[in-house]
Amino acid sequence: MLTEQGTVPNNTLQRVRSFQRALDDNVHANDTHTTGIKIQVKQLNFYYGAHRALEAINLDVYANRITALIGPSGCGKSTLLRALNRMNDLVPKTRAEGEILLDDENIIAPNVDVVEIRRRVGMVFQRPNPFPKSIYDNVVYGPRLLGVNKRSDLDQIVEKSLRSAALWDEVKNKLHESGLALSGGQQQRLCIARTIAVEPEVILMDEPASALDPISTYKIEELMQELRKEFTIVIVTHNMQQAARASDYTAFMSWQISAALSFDANKAAQNAELNSGKARAGRIIEFGVTKEIFTNPKEKETEDYITGRFG
Amino acid sequence: MSTPIKTSAKFRIGGRHYQMRLWTNRVMLFGSGAMAFLAIVPLVWIVVFVAQEGGRFLSPEFFTELPTPVGIPGGGVLNAIVGTAIVVGIASMIAIPIGIIAAFYAADHPNTPLGVAVRFGTDVLSGVPSIVMGMFAYAIIVLPQKHFSALSGGIALAIIMTPIILRTTEEMLKLVPRNLREGSLALGASEWKTTVQVMLPAAINGVVTGIMLGIARVAGEAAPMIFTAFGNPNWNTDLEQPIATLPHMIYVYAISPYKDWHDKAWTTALVLMVLVLGLNVLARVFTAWQLKKMGWH
Repeated sequence: MLTEQGTVPNNTLQRVRSFQRALDDNVHANDTHTTGIKIQVKQLNFYYGAHRALEAINLDVYANRITALIGPSGCGKSTLLRALNRMNDLVPKTRAEGEILLDDENIIAPNVDVVEIRRRVGMVFQRPNPFPKSIYDNVVYGPRLLGVNKRSDLDQIVEKSLRSAALWDEVKNKLHESGLALSGGQQQRLCIARTIAVEPEVILMDEPASALDPISTYKIEELMQELRKEFTIVIVTHNMQQAARASDYTAFMSWQISAALSFDANKAAQNAELNSGKARAGRIIEFGVTKEIFTNPKEKETEDYITGRFG
Repeated sequence: MSTPIKTSAKFRIGGRHYQMRLWTNRVMLFGSGAMAFLAIVPLVWIVVFVAQEGGRFLSPEFFTELPTPVGIPGGGVLNAIVGTAIVVGIASMIAIPIGIIAAFYAADHPNTPLGVAVRFGTDVLSGVPSIVMGMFAYAIIVLPQKHFSALSGGIALAIIMTPIILRTTEEMLKLVPRNLREGSLALGASEWKTTVQVMLPAAINGVVTGIMLGIARVAGEAAPMIFTAFGNPNWNTDLEQPIATLPHMIYVYAISPYKDWHDKAWTTALVLMVLVLGLNVLARVFTAWQLKKMGWH
């Protein structure tokens, strides 16, 4: 256990205890029931131009579970997340090698219909981004694209989606007012409602609460526990307590130079390597059950990050 | 322990340095205010002057009657009002779709060769004097057809209008937050649906402003009309025939040697000015209403 390793500085102790408390709040922390694999990333390399941003990524995303991606800034968490529904295609000169299997179908194969992938793998962004339309029109935007046009069907979808996003009671009397008139937290839940309206299989969340106040953050985390029943969730977060509190599995990522250079030893050589930029590829250092990652990490680098010695 | 910073007397409130700063501020504020005032003087002056000169002969008949020959009192510029509407209408029908759709391409693909070419080309095109556009339309339409026409005038104006609409729309589209586009694409929308259903409504204010700027600009163009629409003292709505337009009418009236035509030139100028201003106000009201509906402030 982290706290038992000899003498530890006081702030490290506090930090580790805060994760312990977060884990205590995690309703699924001791849930050992296993599910099937929804997404399997195999030996994924990802490039921005000539720069390799992700290297040899292997990751299993379990169905109806919440998988958190944590790690220092710039380690490629968002890049990996956006690879899962091909949002990286929007950035010019990007390239992926390897496989990302969504139910055994490789979604980075060239002949895949990107539009279909994005419908099956929805996304919630860091900043709430409701369209400048009414609340109702925001939710039915996706279903309409799929050809649902009957008013009664749309009404049903709106109510169901908003209820699932725990927003219905707050907006049911103003469905035809602009989505932009809502508060930040409500806007983010509207974006979640909009995403689940097309009934995706997986929901990707890119720091969904980082622009929100603590109460709205709490509501989003609570909501995730509900959504988990129906959807598979992958979330990128900078908030470690959030990962400990809300996720079932955690992948710790870091940009790594090579296995030879540890993060304690030879700082100067390491910095020189980093500054040259030639080897800043993001890797998954450790993946496992959230409780294990936070209380009993196997890799030294994970431990350093969690205890605050690095990152 | 830190010690308080000692300030010399001249820096304190009421001190010498303080007084200097106070007066520098006053002088600069007055100076910039005076320049700002100076900047709006021409606008007010022109509006008042044209209203005074043109208003003296303004009558309801001016809007409902055709021009009268020299020396015969009365008459109006109905044919030129309708003519301007027709020519600007033709120009708009060509320039608005081309300008907006091309702007979407340029905004979405800024670094492709075509995207760069479009931006460079429109910048050059908007710097070309309008009389050159008139000569161009004359050479490619009027000469082969061997007659002046409303259509050639509309095309000349469309060439002037397109770059204005294109660049304004493109700049406005760039201001639409990128995550709106991503949000739509992440829902499984195609690029085209995203553009039409999310980007265009979000940028509607700027797009309408661009269209209005374009219309206001070409509605006042006299030079290209000399080579294309040519002017016509009679009633005409045939696109294949010469047609009267307000700016060209002002030009013809103003360079004539007759006193009553000079007066009519002022009145026509007033009509043109009010029409363009009115259109602008209408567009502002429309976009303000749209923005309010979207909750976009």
